[in-house]
Amino acid sequence: MSELIFAYQDSGEEMTLNMGPQHPSTHGVIRFIIKTDGEIMHEAVPDVGYLHRAIEGIAEKCSYEGFMPYTDRVDYVCAMTANHAWAAAVEKLADAKVPERGEYLRVISDELNRISSHTVALGAMAMDIGATTPFMYILREREYVNDLLEMLCGARLTYNYHRVGGVGWDMPTGWRDKVLSWLDHFEPIIDEFDRLICRNELFIKRLANLAAVPAAEAISFGLVGPNLRASGVDFDCRRDVPYSVYPKLQFNVPVGRGEMGAVGDSWDRYYVRLEEWKESVKILRQALDQIQATEPDFYTRPKKLKPKGDAMARVESARGDMSVYVVGEGTTNPYRAHFRTGSFNAMKLIQAKSRGLMVADLVALIASLDIVAPEIDR
Amino acid sequence: MGWLAILIPLVVFVVLGFVATLLFGWLIPALGGDLHSWYAALLKAAFILLGFVMPLAGVLTWMERRQSAMMQDRLGPNRANVGPVRAFGLMHFVADALKMLFKEDFVPANANKLLFALGPVMAIAPVLITFAVVPWGSGVCAGHLTDRLTDGQLAQCLDTGGGRFQVVHLEIGLLFYFAIASLAVYGATLAGWASYNKWSLLGGLRASSQMMSYEVTMGLAILGAFLVYGSLEPATIVQAQGDSILHWGVVTQPLGFVLFFTAAIAETKRTPFDIPEGESEVIGYFVEYSGMRFGMFYLAEFMEVIFTSAIVATVFFGGWQIPGLHADGFVAGQMPHWLVCTLQFVAWAVKVFVLCWFQLMIRWTMPRFRPDQLMRLGWKQLLPASLANILITAGVVLALMPGAK
Repeated sequence: MSELIFAYQDSGEEMTLNMGPQHPSTHGVIRFIIKTDGEIMHEAVPDVGYLHRAIEGIAEKCSYEGFMPYTDRVDYVCAMTANHAWAAAVEKLADAKVPERGEYLRVISDELNRISSHTVALGAMAMDIGATTPFMYILREREYVNDLLEMLCGARLTYNYHRVGGVGWDMPTGWRDKVLSWLDHFEPIIDEFDRLICRNELFIKRLANLAAVPAAEAISFGLVGPNLRASGVDFDCRRDVPYSVYPKLQFNVPVGRGEMGAVGDSWDRYYVRLEEWKESVKILRQALDQIQATEPDFYTRPKKLKPKGDAMARVESARGDMSVYVVGEGTTNPYRAHFRTGSFNAMKLIQAKSRGLMVADLVALIASLDIVAPEIDR
Repeated sequence: MGWLAILIPLVVFVVLGFVATLLFGWLIPALGGDLHSWYAALLKAAFILLGFVMPLAGVLTWMERRQSAMMQDRLGPNRANVGPVRAFGLMHFVADALKMLFKEDFVPANANKLLFALGPVMAIAPVLITFAVVPWGSGVCAGHLTDRLTDGQLAQCLDTGGGRFQVVHLEIGLLFYFAIASLAVYGATLAGWASYNKWSLLGGLRASSQMMSYEVTMGLAILGAFLVYGSLEPATIVQAQGDSILHWGVVTQPLGFVLFFTAAIAETKRTPFDIPEGESEVIGYFVEYSGMRFGMFYLAEFMEVIFTSAIVATVFFGGWQIPGLHADGFVAGQMPHWLVCTLQFVAWAVKVFVLCWFQLMIRWTMPRFRPDQLMRLGWKQLLPASLANILITAGVVLALMPGAK
């Protein structure tokens, strides 16, 4: 990064702009070094690392179970799937069993968290485009999800709910009905939100054809999750790398169709998330139905957690394929842990796509990739 | 409680209108003053600015937040109070003003001190000046407050010795407004440049390009109304819209109204045209300003909203006219002069208030344009449309008015 700054020579044509680390629409402490000619960018170079807290290093100092609260901090907007990824990886490594009810509770909490994560993504995106009202409307729904998750595990943001071998608590009495009644309330809201902003002329103008990523390019950049699917690649870990009880659930995988412009443009990335809400609702209804038939046991604590070898688990987080690779050496602590997250790869894409965009477009592009700063740096 | 939101402004407007009528129709003449003199003009300016515009601008800062809160299912600022009087948190704008006055006045180290200080002044002064041409009532005929005047008598009285409810009666009225309003761009651009900050510079450049582009459309859009009413003098334009609602500018010039209103909102630099501010992109040309200097930009923005409403009401919504209301009431000899004056002021104020409310609605509904889209809209869509509007209007006027040739 320093080379980039010091190699810069004033040609009299370009202006170097420092966007961040403190900028309202970089979604956290991220810095972009932008070379612009007026409004038009020549290049935007992302400078990551301002939020690096060595979470993977901390893993080596913690026990397998003790590391669980730290995984919340990997992606605080969708902490539940990070929990899930870590638990799944360690279970694979230690060959631990999870009761069926525990798996269902994991899926239910994951999907609730996915919905709330997408509310932040879409609301913040509308706000970055300049429309503040959709943000308020949809964050209201996030409050309901937070309430539900608080009833489930006592926390509203960093849940620490999943355990190696299950989940921390069973769902409280009456919780299932509360979730179901909230889903009835939320489903019409999806359409309301669609009408409120997605079909707005100005909104489409800002996003259609902006930074379109063709399927091949998306794969080569290693995009995952909704960003990848928006480019028309039909891949979802929940379906294609089956884990937990997802094989027992019926759901579609929405992909970008280029409705408003090229396939894989920012509008597609936006709309895929909106469609994922509908799928999450579908999954939640089935899971809440099927969980009634399970045994009451939801957590089997592994007797001795000193595994040897390595394992990798892939989980579909709200920002896509979150993979955890963990190496054990037969001690209580992992020898090495690694989180592969979606936002980090998306950052590289920004640099490639930034040439010729306007400064205002960069904000929309960052928002459309749904970047969460701690997920980049970990 | 919703009816209070309608009742309170209405009561305030009635009181204001009555005060203006008494002040210019009785007090000044009774003290031996001349209503055509410079001090009468100064008093009129003081009345309209300090009595109506400034308080309304202050209230709008609160109203915008409260209205957006209502739209967004929030409560908004509702806590500020004076002792037990809370009044829906209306005192927030006083609290805001106090905060800004006592806040540190920060000047960046490398800023151009003179221009940095000049920026807010250049932003707020033109808006204040433009209010000089806005008519807020037909005018009051001194010494005849309780009489029942006919339209002819009133017109004669206003020409000879009466006080028009307008600071200056300029024949070039609307041109004066364009001339002064175009100075406001210097405020934004100077502020952006003098702050010595690349972001504010971008904001200032955006502001200058946007405001210059949209001034063209604004001027051309109002030319249609000029052709229809045959005058650039706002009071004369209002006079011509009196008889029925069909004579209002919005009926005779619907396209002109849409074009002018759009361009005028762009001039106020508010969403969807808030790219000079663009709080999620360039943060704005006033990013380095704090305290009351920022407060002046803030106030200027809301006064521009009021002014936009005032000029739109004047040209397109019949200004102070109530359809069918003559100088002596709806039927001859029905109302005394003072009541008509008060009613006309209330009609004007209500129109301005409703248009302000409408602008706030737009502000919180729309996303923001991208700079190039904004330019494209301005030059490739609004400008040709306003030219077409002039041509069509001119053709219709030529065909309908034999004397126009």
